[in-house]
Amino acid sequence: MLDRINTLPLGAGVGYKPEHFSNISEGEHPVEWLEIHAENHMGAGGRPLAQLRALAERFPISVHGVGLSIGGEGPLNTDHLARLKDLIGWLNPASFSEHLAWSSHNAGFFNDLLPLPYTEASLARICRHIDQVQDALGRRMLLENPSSYLAFAESTLGEVEFLREITKRTGCGLLLDVNNVFVSATNLKLDAYEYIDAFPHEAVGEIHLGGHAEDEDEDGAPLLIDSHGNEVADPVWRLYTYTIATGGPKPTLIEWDTDVPAWPVLAAEAARAAERLSKVPV
Amino acid sequence: MSVPLQSRFLKAALDPVAPVPEGLVTPDGRPAEKRFNVYRNNIVVGLKDALAQGFPATQSLVGDQFFAALSGAYLRAHPPSDPRLPLYGESFAAFIEGFEPTRQIPYLPDVARLEYRLRQSYHAADSTPMAQGALYDPLLFSRAVRLAPSLMWMRSRYPVTAIRAFALGGDAPKGGAEDVVITRPAYDPVATTFPSGTAQVLDALSDGVALEDAIELAPAGLDLTRFLRALLDGGAITDIEETQHVRHAS
Repeated sequence: MLDRINTLPLGAGVGYKPEHFSNISEGEHPVEWLEIHAENHMGAGGRPLAQLRALAERFPISVHGVGLSIGGEGPLNTDHLARLKDLIGWLNPASFSEHLAWSSHNAGFFNDLLPLPYTEASLARICRHIDQVQDALGRRMLLENPSSYLAFAESTLGEVEFLREITKRTGCGLLLDVNNVFVSATNLKLDAYEYIDAFPHEAVGEIHLGGHAEDEDEDGAPLLIDSHGNEVADPVWRLYTYTIATGGPKPTLIEWDTDVPAWPVLAAEAARAAERLSKVPV
Repeated sequence: MSVPLQSRFLKAALDPVAPVPEGLVTPDGRPAEKRFNVYRNNIVVGLKDALAQGFPATQSLVGDQFFAALSGAYLRAHPPSDPRLPLYGESFAAFIEGFEPTRQIPYLPDVARLEYRLRQSYHAADSTPMAQGALYDPLLFSRAVRLAPSLMWMRSRYPVTAIRAFALGGDAPKGGAEDVVITRPAYDPVATTFPSGTAQVLDALSDGVALEDAIELAPAGLDLTRFLRALLDGGAITDIEETQHVRHAS
């Protein structure tokens, strides 16, 4: 296992979208690093892999998985873990991260990051899965805090406590998604700043920022949706500024996955993060 | 608790009228109806979008609203078998064949099949094509050849490539049955049409039959030069096998 959590630069990156390949290649509005979704680069060949090879020559790459289903009740899909090991093997990325969520059940994959109760039983299961992933990949991974829309009556642990215990038991790092903190705190009537205060920042290897959509539940209570389809909201920028002031500067990613904008818009979001990062002493 | 939570969660998420599973609550402890719908919506919309992206001509032929119903029925019956969403939809064409409401559009399964083959070709392993001079290498004809992983072919009772092009904004389709050969010269697959029966030649080549024997199986109307050009220009032949032992066409 590596001693450091990852080797991403302490600057701003963006989630890679193929439609931006030529902008990025031409060096227009540069960013410091890129993040890819592992599952989009698991074909046998063709353009997706050729573009990834070309980008990896010029940028540190973070591999972000959306399909391991680490929170699943069943065993991990070892075929998928083997594909991931293959990708990580040839790419040797600066970081690998996955989610505190589940997305597969029996033989099906459901393409969403689904929630789970925080209990001693789920904690033990997730730690077993993370041990298995880190053993297979031969490196530490980062685990990302989810966006929550509802709570589980059976939960006995808070999310920060749950994540802290996972890092203690498995040695994995954490990916702190500040938009997810804001979304979950709003939806579950918690205090986002208390969440950041309690968070184990020493384990954080990367921060995510993204846009959310606003809705209401049937009682008129705010219901924020982690949609990644627009600019980072102002209160999330404020929470981010507080987060890096509290926990120190971290490699920061802008995620924009639906209604993907023209490159300059995305790059400008990254520049906003970079500007805030530059004001925090290392 | 007999049924595990995640089974109950998914069953309810895939059924628009099912009640919210017990134990999923709002911050005030009430059943989280509308909040649960966020997950319901994410799952269904995410997979529908993946199918719409992978099958744009199929969608265009039936319209957005009908495609939503078709893809919704498919994703419930056949969710992705693994997390590689770019490869989702392998059984979509077969599903459409058995889907009663699309019986009136008999060519629809072939359009979906062609779209999936194009996508398979797009993601297939890279390979190095034989040099252009290989067309004049006598061994090309007498020995088995290696085919590129990106080479795909299919048979259709309809002018399926023209129907697909029409669906994507081209001219009205003409013609009848055809076989389609898909090559990937660089990174973008190209579909070329040939007379019905041409696919037999490729079936034989992939079975290790020498080219000179395989082309015996070609239909009368096949322009052999055009066919070989399509294969060589498309990088579909990557090597000539070293041994002379080849299977004969049966």
